[in-house]
Amino acid sequence: MLKELSCPKCGAPVTLESERQQIVVCKFCAAPSVVDFGDREHPRLTIEESGVIDTAAAVSGTSLWGDAWKRLLKNKLAVFGLVVLAVMALLVTIGPPIFTAITGLTADYIPDDGALLKSFPPSLQHPMGTDEAGRDIFARVLQGGRISIAVGIISTIVSLIVGVSYGAVAGYMGGSIDNVMMRIVDIIYAIPYILIVIVLLSVFGGPNTQVLIAWLPSIVAGTIVGVAALLAAFWIYRRVFGEMLARSIGEKAIRLVSGIALAVGVFLLIGAATSVIGETGLGASLAERYSDRVNLGLSQIFLLFFALGLVSWLTMARVVRGQILSLKNQEFVTAAKATGVSTPAIIFRHLVPNALGPVIVYATLTVPSVMLSEAFLSYLGLGVQAPYASWGSLAADGVKNIAIFPWQLIFPGVTMALTLFSLNFLGDGLRDALDPQTRKF
Amino acid sequence: MTNNGTILSVNDLKTYFQTEDGVVKAVDGISFELKKGETLGIVGESGSGKSVTNLSVMRLIPEPPGKIVGGDVVFDGIDVRSLPIDEVRKIRGKRIAMIFQDPMTSLNPFLKISTQLMEVTRLHLGHTKQQAYEHAIKMLKTVGIPDAESRVDNYPHEFSGGMRQRVMIAMALSCDPELLIADEPTTALDVTIQAQILELIKDLKARMGTSVILITHDLGVVAGMTDKIIVMYAGKVFEQAPTKELFSTPANPYTRGLLRSVPDPAHEQGKELYQIPGLPPDVAHLPPGCPFAERCDRAEDICRKEFPPFVEINPDHHSLCHFAKEVYEESKVHPPTAAARANK
Amino acid sequence: MALLVVTLTWGLIRIAPGTFYDSEKRLPPAIEANIKKKYGLDKPWYTQYFMMLGNVTCRTMAADETTLNGVQFSLGSTRVKCFDFGDSLKYEGQSVNEIIRRHLPYSATIGIIAYILALIVGGGAGLFAALRQNSIYDYGSMALAMLGLSVPNFVLGPILVLVFALGLYWVPAARWGGVLNLILPVITLSAIYAAYIARLTRAGMLEVMRSDYIRTARAKGLNETSVLLKHAIRGGIIPVVSFTGPALAALLAGTVVVERIFSIPGLGNIFIQSVLNRDEPLTLGIVAFLSVLVMLLNLIVDISYGFLDPRIRYE
Repeated sequence: MLKELSCPKCGAPVTLESERQQIVVCKFCAAPSVVDFGDREHPRLTIEESGVIDTAAAVSGTSLWGDAWKRLLKNKLAVFGLVVLAVMALLVTIGPPIFTAITGLTADYIPDDGALLKSFPPSLQHPMGTDEAGRDIFARVLQGGRISIAVGIISTIVSLIVGVSYGAVAGYMGGSIDNVMMRIVDIIYAIPYILIVIVLLSVFGGPNTQVLIAWLPSIVAGTIVGVAALLAAFWIYRRVFGEMLARSIGEKAIRLVSGIALAVGVFLLIGAATSVIGETGLGASLAERYSDRVNLGLSQIFLLFFALGLVSWLTMARVVRGQILSLKNQEFVTAAKATGVSTPAIIFRHLVPNALGPVIVYATLTVPSVMLSEAFLSYLGLGVQAPYASWGSLAADGVKNIAIFPWQLIFPGVTMALTLFSLNFLGDGLRDALDPQTRKF
Repeated sequence: MTNNGTILSVNDLKTYFQTEDGVVKAVDGISFELKKGETLGIVGESGSGKSVTNLSVMRLIPEPPGKIVGGDVVFDGIDVRSLPIDEVRKIRGKRIAMIFQDPMTSLNPFLKISTQLMEVTRLHLGHTKQQAYEHAIKMLKTVGIPDAESRVDNYPHEFSGGMRQRVMIAMALSCDPELLIADEPTTALDVTIQAQILELIKDLKARMGTSVILITHDLGVVAGMTDKIIVMYAGKVFEQAPTKELFSTPANPYTRGLLRSVPDPAHEQGKELYQIPGLPPDVAHLPPGCPFAERCDRAEDICRKEFPPFVEINPDHHSLCHFAKEVYEESKVHPPTAAARANK
Repeated sequence: MALLVVTLTWGLIRIAPGTFYDSEKRLPPAIEANIKKKYGLDKPWYTQYFMMLGNVTCRTMAADETTLNGVQFSLGSTRVKCFDFGDSLKYEGQSVNEIIRRHLPYSATIGIIAYILALIVGGGAGLFAALRQNSIYDYGSMALAMLGLSVPNFVLGPILVLVFALGLYWVPAARWGGVLNLILPVITLSAIYAAYIARLTRAGMLEVMRSDYIRTARAKGLNETSVLLKHAIRGGIIPVVSFTGPALAALLAGTVVVERIFSIPGLGNIFIQSVLNRDEPLTLGIVAFLSVLVMLLNLIVDISYGFLDPRIRYE
């Protein structure tokens, strides 16, 4: 909604670029005018007298996001990626039903005719050929796309949730809490995570998922109690020792002892909570209900979501914490505080939007890495199980027959590569768009 | 090969940049001359093109997006623009040296000071490592770094801001250049340090006979240091005059405005501070006519329509204004600075 | 920290239903009881945990212990034993340490060569791309790098095999042997890292080239090569160094796939087998070993940071 107005000083035409623009500088005479949106349909311009204006807001008048979006669109590769992704998303959502409607084939349809139980090369009837059980590959690719993309997105969301919360808390609390939290991240970071995931999945995959579900309530309870207890312990510790900075030995011993006592207390509380919940059999009943409703293959997929999400939250936490830390000390926060803005408002209205930038970029780049990990796990047999398919598992299966039936590998492989490609380009484009300094001329 | 003692002659220099917003004419037809041993001050607001001018002299403009599109730069009789780049490199650091605004980022944080100092003399003067090392220590002493022998092996982050700038000066003067270009050397420093650095430059200049170009936006800095001054605005020279004359009888409304903006507590207590109204123009989209017109308090129609002429007040004093002579006369009667007023 | 990992892994394996013996034939009860006693499986779980912990770190040996596992030495009159992960359940009579020792060289060789290759190729490509920014070379190599990031290594491997081994007969397809055998596995493994490093180097160098101190270097009259090699490289390399830490950890995962494809008897393959077989001691041992290795490597990376960036040395 760009309104055409006239500069009050020289009469030249002036365009407003957004409804929130407050100041406009005439491109002809460079006279600054204040925009009055009293009447929404007919904003007025009045000459700015005092001469003290914020140049940046005046000249462009667009918000940070609008600006970034424009820059993103200029980046051809990113746009290409975006388009491909949009097409891919469309295909996998509405593709399968349409395909089934047209050809009557589904992803797991196995023909009755024994003669058709072979892998056929691409033909009119089967655009991408069939796999060894006679299933149409095109349908499988579409179906697999749903699952691959779902895994990618949901795992990223999981890692976002965990990572952002953890990072935001660490960043905002600052001080020793932040220190400890980041040390933990560092330690966990050093572990070859994939190994743990492999163990996790192989141990809990398939029929064993129930066991995990049974444990879940206890784990959740334990975590909540643990965090609460830790915070309480910290608070107590600070209250008791906050003011006393004397360095006598007696003091140190008392500190140490109380520190240990508090830590032990925390552990005991966690243990108590966990076993109490366990006793109630809440977990077991949940597990039973779960296994009634959800079938095996699907539960494996859910497990994948979480497992993969857990692999990438670490860096996300670091990114978020870094952002929050740097923003916390910036002047606009102090300014907001000085004008009496309340703390939650500060966090949500000021800190979060500014912190979002790198988070979004990193999230866009996490999706492809998660999808690759999923493919890797499928290759090892730990990923998505039949009858469900994902691009990774399709490719993994196809690899076996590459010399004889190359189409089994090529189609899913190319599709996946294309999607990952686009995601990476998009992520790069986002990074360039949101961080003005990396702009090329 | 000097001709009448002119060491640098810049003639109608034009440097343009290709940006997303269009072509930015950062420097649009600048001309000035510098004689041997002189100190020239280039004054202007941010974006006036002063830094670009100096980078152009040494051909340090990054080629995409920038380009020197016109004019001449003649250093000691040599046409710098037409030299092959490796010849230019022989001049850089040896005959023309440059120091930059922010000593914190202008020194390589990963290398020792000694390495960075030795580089210059080993490259241009052919010193051996030992010679270069000793010379480095000598230079550090010259610029007043205490305990030079042990500090020479330190890293940049081990020095304070003022010291770092001294190190940069030492580096620049290592080969005893004929011309020193100082691009806002004191802007990033505390006021007390500023004075020290300026004194240092003055002192070294006297001792080594270097010609100096001093770039700044701070009139106070040039007042005590320069022989003559150029005032730049929107990529053009707005006024050019010997220092004393510029301060006492400026012939350009912009210069007058600048001078009036310098607060003078001794003479102006209780009065409102003067500011030139408005903002510096967007150099990518300059209006026709005088770029200063919309901020000028004596602008008239002709100013907005026609580009002003370069008027000669006297052989050393030029001003870009339709009303240069009038402003000059007015300055004689009403000097722009209170101090000058008091001295009348 | 390593203990944390070991505990975690042990916990996971224990929690899971199914033990090693489920997959093997059922043994007569007496023998089963015996085996259980030998491995201490008849004791309650927390005892087993602490026993395991003790074995894995260091403890004194009882007079009648005859095992040769682990690292043993004498302190006065007591013998001390460390790092004993026990014997593998599947591979009878072979201690975990032995197994690790035997298969490690394969994985290590491929891994190290692959990473060095990635550094050279990726670093070089990134450097070049940064120097010739926005040229065809720049776009081309970055696109290639993107491709490297988007293709999973278990797809790349077979494709390479198809083309170069089975198709062109240039290199052998699999197995361990001479230098030629190494080529394909190493390339497959290093591809993704080379891609990452190329992009990192390019970004890092671009960032550095825009710095003020590079401008100063040019103003001093240095030619472009000197500017690059003496000044820019130091700063540009830093992101690559910090990438090395997590990269090496991920490399381990990569070897798993590569070893499978090329039938190389390396540690990765063994690891997968042990996990699928619920071979607890072996799994534990490998996980612990690799964790410690990664932590060591990270430490080395941190230290080398100090060499590269003098500002950090004093913190």
